[in-house]
Amino acid sequence: MQVTSSVREPLVTGGKSYHDVTHDVARQVEGKPTLAWFLAFLTAAGTLAIGFIAVAATVWEGIGMWGLNKTVGWAWDITNFVWWVGIGHAGTLISAVLLLFRQKWRTSINRAAEAMTIFAVICAAMFPVLHMGRPWLGAYWALPLPNTFGSLWVNFNSPLLWDVFAISTYFSVSLVFWYIGLIPDFATIRDRATGLRKTIYGALSFGWDGAAKTWMRYEAVSLILAGLATPLVLSVHTIVSFDFATSVIPGWHTTIFPPYFVAGAIFSGFAMVLTLMIITRKVFKLEDYITMGHIELMNIVIIITGSIVGIAYITEFFIAWYSGVEAEQYAFINRATGPYWWAYWSMMTCNVISPQLFWFKKIRTSIVATFVLSLVVNIGMWFERFVIIVTSLHRDFLPSSWAMFYPTWADVGVYLFTFGLFFTLFFLFAKFFPVINMAEVKSVLKSSSDKPAK
Amino acid sequence: MKETKKTYWKGLEQLNNDPEFVKHADREFPELPSAVGEDGSASRRDFLKVMGFSLAAASLAACEAPVRKAIPYVNKPVDINPSIPNYYASTFAVGGEYGSIVVKTREGRPIKIDGNTLSPINKGGSSAIMQASVLSLYDKQRLTGPKIAGSDADWKSVDAEVKSKLASAGAIKVVTNSLYSPSTEKAIEELNLAFGNVEVITYDPRSNYGILKAAETSYGQAMIPDYRFDKAKVIVSFGADFLGTWISPTEYSEGYTANRKVTKENPVMSRHYQFESNLSLAGANADYRTPIKASQSGLAVLALYNALAKKAGAATVSAQAVEIAHLDKAANDLWAAKGTGLVVSGSNDPNVQIVINAINDLLGANGSTVDFSNPVNFRKGDDARMSQFVNELKGGQVGAVIFYNCNPVYDHPRGAEIAEGIAKAKVSIATNGTLDETSSLVQVVAPDHHFLESWNDFEPKRGQFSLAQPTISPLFNTRQAQDSFLAWAGSSVNYYDFLRQNWEAGLFTQTETGGEFQEFWDRSLYNGVAGTASEPVALAAIADSSSAAAAVAKSYSADNAGSELVIYSKVGMGDGTFANNPWLQEMSDPITKATWDNYLTVSQKWATENGVTMFEENTQKAQVTVNGKSIIVPIMIQPGQAYGTFGLAIGYGRTKAGRAGNGVGVNAFDLLDVSKGYVQTDITAGVEVAVTGDSYKIARTQTHQTFMGRENVIQETTLAEYKEDPSAGRYKPEIYKDGEFVKPSKISLWSGHKYSQHHWGLAIDMSSCTGCGACTIACQVENNVAVVGKQEVLNRREMAWIRIDRYYSSDAPADDLEGMEKAAENPEVTFQPMMCQHCNNAPCETVCPVAATTHSTEGLNQMTYNRCIGTRYCANNCPYKVRRFNWFKYHDNKDFAVANMAQNDDLGKMVLNPDVTVRARGVMEKCSMCVQRIQAGKLDAKREKRKVQDGDINVACAEACPGGGLVFGDLNDPESRISKLLKIEETDSAMKEVGEERAYHVLEEINVSPNVWYFTKIRNKDKNEA
Repeated sequence: MQVTSSVREPLVTGGKSYHDVTHDVARQVEGKPTLAWFLAFLTAAGTLAIGFIAVAATVWEGIGMWGLNKTVGWAWDITNFVWWVGIGHAGTLISAVLLLFRQKWRTSINRAAEAMTIFAVICAAMFPVLHMGRPWLGAYWALPLPNTFGSLWVNFNSPLLWDVFAISTYFSVSLVFWYIGLIPDFATIRDRATGLRKTIYGALSFGWDGAAKTWMRYEAVSLILAGLATPLVLSVHTIVSFDFATSVIPGWHTTIFPPYFVAGAIFSGFAMVLTLMIITRKVFKLEDYITMGHIELMNIVIIITGSIVGIAYITEFFIAWYSGVEAEQYAFINRATGPYWWAYWSMMTCNVISPQLFWFKKIRTSIVATFVLSLVVNIGMWFERFVIIVTSLHRDFLPSSWAMFYPTWADVGVYLFTFGLFFTLFFLFAKFFPVINMAEVKSVLKSSSDKPAK
Repeated sequence: MKETKKTYWKGLEQLNNDPEFVKHADREFPELPSAVGEDGSASRRDFLKVMGFSLAAASLAACEAPVRKAIPYVNKPVDINPSIPNYYASTFAVGGEYGSIVVKTREGRPIKIDGNTLSPINKGGSSAIMQASVLSLYDKQRLTGPKIAGSDADWKSVDAEVKSKLASAGAIKVVTNSLYSPSTEKAIEELNLAFGNVEVITYDPRSNYGILKAAETSYGQAMIPDYRFDKAKVIVSFGADFLGTWISPTEYSEGYTANRKVTKENPVMSRHYQFESNLSLAGANADYRTPIKASQSGLAVLALYNALAKKAGAATVSAQAVEIAHLDKAANDLWAAKGTGLVVSGSNDPNVQIVINAINDLLGANGSTVDFSNPVNFRKGDDARMSQFVNELKGGQVGAVIFYNCNPVYDHPRGAEIAEGIAKAKVSIATNGTLDETSSLVQVVAPDHHFLESWNDFEPKRGQFSLAQPTISPLFNTRQAQDSFLAWAGSSVNYYDFLRQNWEAGLFTQTETGGEFQEFWDRSLYNGVAGTASEPVALAAIADSSSAAAAVAKSYSADNAGSELVIYSKVGMGDGTFANNPWLQEMSDPITKATWDNYLTVSQKWATENGVTMFEENTQKAQVTVNGKSIIVPIMIQPGQAYGTFGLAIGYGRTKAGRAGNGVGVNAFDLLDVSKGYVQTDITAGVEVAVTGDSYKIARTQTHQTFMGRENVIQETTLAEYKEDPSAGRYKPEIYKDGEFVKPSKISLWSGHKYSQHHWGLAIDMSSCTGCGACTIACQVENNVAVVGKQEVLNRREMAWIRIDRYYSSDAPADDLEGMEKAAENPEVTFQPMMCQHCNNAPCETVCPVAATTHSTEGLNQMTYNRCIGTRYCANNCPYKVRRFNWFKYHDNKDFAVANMAQNDDLGKMVLNPDVTVRARGVMEKCSMCVQRIQAGKLDAKREKRKVQDGDINVACAEACPGGGLVFGDLNDPESRISKLLKIEETDSAMKEVGEERAYHVLEEINVSPNVWYFTKIRNKDKNEA
């Protein structure tokens, strides 16, 4: 039982009892799918199917299906990769870092945020594989596996290899963390269910018995995993940023990238959590669990990280000028005024200017404004990666090789494919898994919860 | 022997005497079920099990690439050794181009053509067209046998048909491009002896009739003199693109660049003025270039004449005054360099050429740089006679016409009339090797061999001969045209014997003093060339130039307000003979960097006035109307184009070239003006150009035209500055470290490499590079570089391993980045060949996750295609952007069958270099510094138990370069040419310290430490000015 000052706003409103919590969350799992869910799921699955055509075309015909060229070797592929990885940051941050900092408000949102993380990382991982010229070989050659190629080893100098390690570690830790958290809730559902459902959720709950000893172990494992996951929040995007920072290309070769990428990742991750949660709470009627307080807190995180990102953008410009490196200076002037100026200014508007609106309490406590701005932030963060990757490559050292990048239908299709995948997985999750961590939410119910007068 | 008490067990089961184990103890694998039943017989079920497994295993094993049968020789031919190339000297003389060549054959297949170093004409140099011509041998669009009236026939019936028809045909005309094969002329003479009334009519798609006519008037002999650019210290050219397309560009490039190799010890170079309308390759290399209108060109020549005449005290001619920049300066320089000056003009107007002759006479160039004792025999067609022939043909006065390997229906301005006239001739025959625009209209096609299948001889210059010999058995049922002539003439001798007899009776008796003919023949065939040049002598002028000058003054004007069309030919496409050669179609034009198209070049000013802009590949179309004939053509905004003039290239718009060449571009031959009796490329009246507003995309390999003032890329200076400071123009970046400024190479994260044996490097002299692009095609041929087609070039995915970056200067100040993107109205042009720089600190090597690109022990950056998974990280991290990715499967893919014929059809594949892998889709590729040649050279040396000597190994680009702009060699060898050129001070370290002031690394400040050095571009200017 949480002991809180009576002056604090309750984290869960509506005077919920333990039974109410169980009922509110588990009824989504137990009930028949709603029409809204069906429509949403079919849309997602349809997008996945349409996107798959582009994926199949890419794998069948070659990377030439995309708009890449001799000068711009990465564009939407790695933009999408970094974007999805960035989105995948919020889950772990919310679960692990906020757990360590004892931020109890996280309990309502951590389940969905972690699910989002895992699905986003799956989507992200599509791109490093799909963007390879020969994915059927690259999918395992990029791993340091013992082989019969004459002790041929991977190149440990390559940041792409570091990516492989960073992403796979992050994915496995996040997955384990998420699943451990799900076990008590699966047990709850199991206990309420009958028949086949009982068997399935029984298996999923790993024989959870709810004993005090079991709870103790559960708490201990959660804390250990949180401790393990926390450095990963910093390391994953740091290492992703090394793909660029360790190169020689002006606009990529920047020491500011690691902190800037991490801040950007949290920024976009929180925005994505907001986008999803605002819909989920509405559809599943969970307004008492995901309250305005949650939304406001997340909006504050967005202001902070958005401002950090803004300062990073300005710092890049300052350093380009201060370094006296001509190519670097040109790269940044070209970002702002070259043929891709619109991408740069989209990024600046979406990432730096629009989150500042959250300084107004009215805006940061408005559901509609938050929803719109969360979308805007994610658009902005996509442009950030596009700006870094494409505008740096398209005009680098030798003007003879300067070129433009134009996306093709396959570029768009592969991106759609990951959207389809993400939402298909998310809707399956929302239907069949408890979207709110019942066990943890119960621990933050205010002792003096007063039932509303009926 | 002591009896042992030890017992060894197979396992615990044996020790325990487990009954289950004992039962199966006799089997090799007791734990597996037996295929044989308990009673020793196989059960039906077991049989089926084993059977099923074997079937599955067999079908799995069958999932491999299909087996392709290679049929080995039963008896090995004497001179064919697998994997050992044979080289044969031969001659390339097609499409108005001449070169003595060495053909490399592998297992009996010609796969590479290079210049013959023994040739006194091209001296080992080659052109892009010459390099690419080997592919045309394997063109499936060639005729596979003779045809009568459009249907296949055999040679016997062809001979019978032709003989009977010619006998009663009356006047027989043999139409040909310039004929300079003495034996072919004799073979045609045989025809004359047999039938009588045989006349040879020569024309050339790129005519030099004006020069011939002028020489006849001035000196009494119609000939094209031998222009000695190697002797010329001051060159003035009026519209003659002598480095690109004019008469003998490979030869001229060699001579021209020889005078432009500047060293500290010998800081002299020729000075070159160019006055022209289109920006030509020669103009791009000129020290002073002035854009002039075509209508002014005659007056410009007169103005130069007058300026020189004043100095010489000769009579001047009165002409309209015309303001032309640098003309007086040119006159002063010419006068100062008397005897070593050279003035040429590309005009086909005989009167202009007569004035040019007069100028060269004034300068004492006649007999020195203009040599009439070794006249050039190619491109000396007679425009007037050809025009008359067209009239005769149209009038039905021609009994029989034989087109000997020429295509006038396409490449003569009156092609349409010829097409119409052919039907009126009683007999029409063509020996063309393909069913082209002309041969598709004749009654009998008797296809000639490809030149690589033929015997022949040539006399490119008077007294200088070269031989052509077959390098492969004829692929198709074709027959040497000369054999056809001999057969039709009723002669039983074959052309090979005929040729030998001619040489025995001719050159052998004239030049050899005794000895065996066989020995002379073998030597000539081995060398490919024979005969000698005679000493230049001045030819006395027999006529005054004043009447010609007056005519010029009358017909040119200083203030023509109308549009003018200047028709030119492109370095890569020439007269269009090789239009079906995808290598040439996709060759990046030296000036515009465009592929797969011709276009109307317009000046920037005109484009601004007419609202035409080009961003990247996007442009608009224009309608060009010339005296009623009108065509629609895309617009190319061309810096340096004289305002009011428009350029358009011939060689495009073929309709029957073959699958790759048909419908590419528009045919400009139709627009040429023949109203004055000779073919005029400058059309100064009746030209209208209107923007249609339709958009179009021109596929260019380079869409950004200026170098943005980046001194770390282009370092250039003037001769005057160089004389004062040999490191003039050099950009020397320094980085602040520990209280002092140091060279970037002093700061490194790298521990460096050790090169104990060789350390290969390349030195590129930007002053010697004319930008002709021969190296790019040579590389494509040598390294099996794929052709990707127009759409993929538009997608910016051409595969070239070596490219020539062409940069224009800009007038904008250094801080105006947007302004610097725009080229100057008349820019300075710099060519920079760019290929993998083989960095010692290679950024590509560190980023590959699977170590597919690594550093060799000899300083090469190597690409392991088999290991590449295609992340393209290396290409992104390459500061020089030289890595090329296989976006699609370019070989054996019907989508690329037309463009990439060398890697798609069975015949085309015969041109592939077997020493170089054809790359799979999804892998990265790039310049390997011809590692296959390096390995071959090292193996040869090893077999001969010696060290590799300098010159044993050469890379394809350096070998092809007519200007000697690229030098390859071992940086560890202090005696190698490259080491001496670079003045390498310390040869044992991997990071070579270079003493040559001109040498620099592109992007030195990032310290990737390339093994390719560039030499500053030096222009012979008084001061830095555009």
